[in-house]
Amino acid sequence: MSHEHGHHEVKEPVGWMDRPEKVRLFFRVFYVICGRLFAAELLLLGAENAHPHPLEEAMRFFVYPVYGFASFWFLVLLARPMRTLLIRSEDYYEGGGRYVERDSTEHGS
Amino acid sequence: MTALPPFVLFFVGALVVAFTKGTVRKAVVLAIPAVGGVLLWTGAGADVAANGAQSYLSWDLLGYTLSPFRADKLALLFGYLFHLAAFLGFVYALHLGDGTPDGSVAADVGEDDIVGNERAGLQHVAAMLYAGSALGAVFAGDFITLFVFWELLAITSVFLVWARDSERSYATGFRYLIIHVVSGVLLLSGALMLAYDTGSIAFDAVGLDGTGAAGWILLISFGIKAGFPLAHNWITEAYPESTPTGTVFLSAFTTKVAVYALARGFAGADVLIWIGTAMTFFPIFFAVLENDLRRVLGYSMINQIGFMVAGIGIGTAMAVNGAVAHAFADVIFKGLLFMAMGAVMTMTGRTKGTDLGGLYKTMPFTATLCIFGASAISAFPLFSAFVTKSMIMVAAIDEHHYVVWLFMLFASAGVLEHAGIKIPFFAFFAHDSGIRTKEPPKNMLVAMSIGAVLCVAIGVFPSAFYTLLPFEMDYHPYDVRHVVTQLQLLTFGALGFVTLVKSGVYPDEKRAVHIDAEVLYRRLGPWLIRTVGDAALRVDAYVRASVMELVRGSLGVVDRAHGEMGPLARSWPAGSMVLWVAILLAAYLVFYLF
Repeated sequence: MSHEHGHHEVKEPVGWMDRPEKVRLFFRVFYVICGRLFAAELLLLGAENAHPHPLEEAMRFFVYPVYGFASFWFLVLLARPMRTLLIRSEDYYEGGGRYVERDSTEHGS
Repeated sequence: MTALPPFVLFFVGALVVAFTKGTVRKAVVLAIPAVGGVLLWTGAGADVAANGAQSYLSWDLLGYTLSPFRADKLALLFGYLFHLAAFLGFVYALHLGDGTPDGSVAADVGEDDIVGNERAGLQHVAAMLYAGSALGAVFAGDFITLFVFWELLAITSVFLVWARDSERSYATGFRYLIIHVVSGVLLLSGALMLAYDTGSIAFDAVGLDGTGAAGWILLISFGIKAGFPLAHNWITEAYPESTPTGTVFLSAFTTKVAVYALARGFAGADVLIWIGTAMTFFPIFFAVLENDLRRVLGYSMINQIGFMVAGIGIGTAMAVNGAVAHAFADVIFKGLLFMAMGAVMTMTGRTKGTDLGGLYKTMPFTATLCIFGASAISAFPLFSAFVTKSMIMVAAIDEHHYVVWLFMLFASAGVLEHAGIKIPFFAFFAHDSGIRTKEPPKNMLVAMSIGAVLCVAIGVFPSAFYTLLPFEMDYHPYDVRHVVTQLQLLTFGALGFVTLVKSGVYPDEKRAVHIDAEVLYRRLGPWLIRTVGDAALRVDAYVRASVMELVRGSLGVVDRAHGEMGPLARSWPAGSMVLWVAILLAAYLVFYLF
């Protein structure tokens, strides 16, 4: 890939994301943290709340993790139709018009 | 020296910077904010701590009192912040004028002078004057002084946009200038109306009760600079168009001066709660879709200011403390994120998600420091926003604004999505873009490191930071419930991101724009002017043609009577004239007799 920038050629680096076992380990650790935090809900049963309020009291039993997870999905599921409505070509403000997909130059995640 | 307004040092410094180069210039740009900060801390800071609020200078002008240096805890907090931001900004920009950084591949995409080396002096002078103007505004004790610095903020900062030296940056700069000048004109109008009613130009609490139109005009003026909905696009337009170092300065001052002005003038104004909540909410959707990562940070800026505006609207001591504390923290963590993206831009010439990725291999320190900023803005425990934003959230609950609180909780997850994950993920990880570069210049890394340390320091030692806040309060951010629930919210939000990406639902980055309110003045406005102008031209042409036709017709009639062959222009024989006179006399005689 470095040939695209030939005159700055350096030794091709290899990162942890290039090693599948490291990526797997990363996700394993992440899922374990999620699991522990889910279980930590039990800890909260006995924890004192410095700011006890009816709403916060009502938001017990996995509300925060569910709210965090659902927020991301809600955000993206609403953003997608928004894109359909709002997307325009990159030069829209310089007189351009509708957006035309150019698959070869774009990537997802 | 206590009575010397802080802006003076910066304005004198700008003059010195304009006539120096090389090492001397570097020493001056670092010394001015450092010395100014120490003078403020030991001078007015110590005085206010011992004796309360002070007004060091005052002049009478046309029956009104000008107070160019009023210091109290609120102004001082922003005063310290702006010295710190200026210092960090100048450390970050220290390489300006030293040529293209080693390892930069920006020239590969046609960015031969991405740093803006040719305009290094201009950028330093503009930044110095800009920081001075921000200080002038927060220490202004009257509306006239505030107005002067309000306009200077716009006039000085626009050069940081123009320093990019592109057609687009010039156009953006002019729009930026117009918007901010309008804000200034509104400020002056509101202030004069208020002065007419109250007989005073002192800049204190204004509010919306009993101040009539003046209060609303001032609120709109402040709101334009704070990025209120529909007036927010100057942020997302100007920040991505400035130079890598210019954006760091831009992100620190203007919006925070507006937050300060709102905190002083409109604390407790209910309308701000809903405006702020809207600001936390809508930008996160645009941030998900946006491709330009500096524009994503622009939307993130609006989202964070939303928390501050809502806090000011709630208006309790805890809420206003939270708002200004969050403004302080935001300058540092948002500055750090803009610095990280500026470093990426400097070294690669690119800032778009579609063009970047995989840079953690060649820029590991920058990636790590960016993650510090991302953690801070996401409000992870032990980072700054955890101890600042939570004050606003707790105040919302205290005042029974439950719906607002739920929106804020959603917006907090949204912050994690666009600033906490998207920025570092698309710039440094995601797919490997194949760009091979190096770490940015050392001064950039040093500035980012200081920013990262401050993000952690505020998060770890909140009590020390809280002593700087304007109001007394009793708040302890670290308890088991707060830490665990915040970690749950963020970690499961991140799990949501993982599932969205793995399932292919997460939207791709697109080389496109997503229309926002700016379409009103960038497309609809010009279209309306063109359409109305064309219609007016057509009506004008029709009216002109009709009138000309009428004139031509009249001239034809006249020509037929008086033209060369017209009966009235013809030379009649004297006999005919006598005959006509005789006929007229006869007719007269007939009328007379009968």
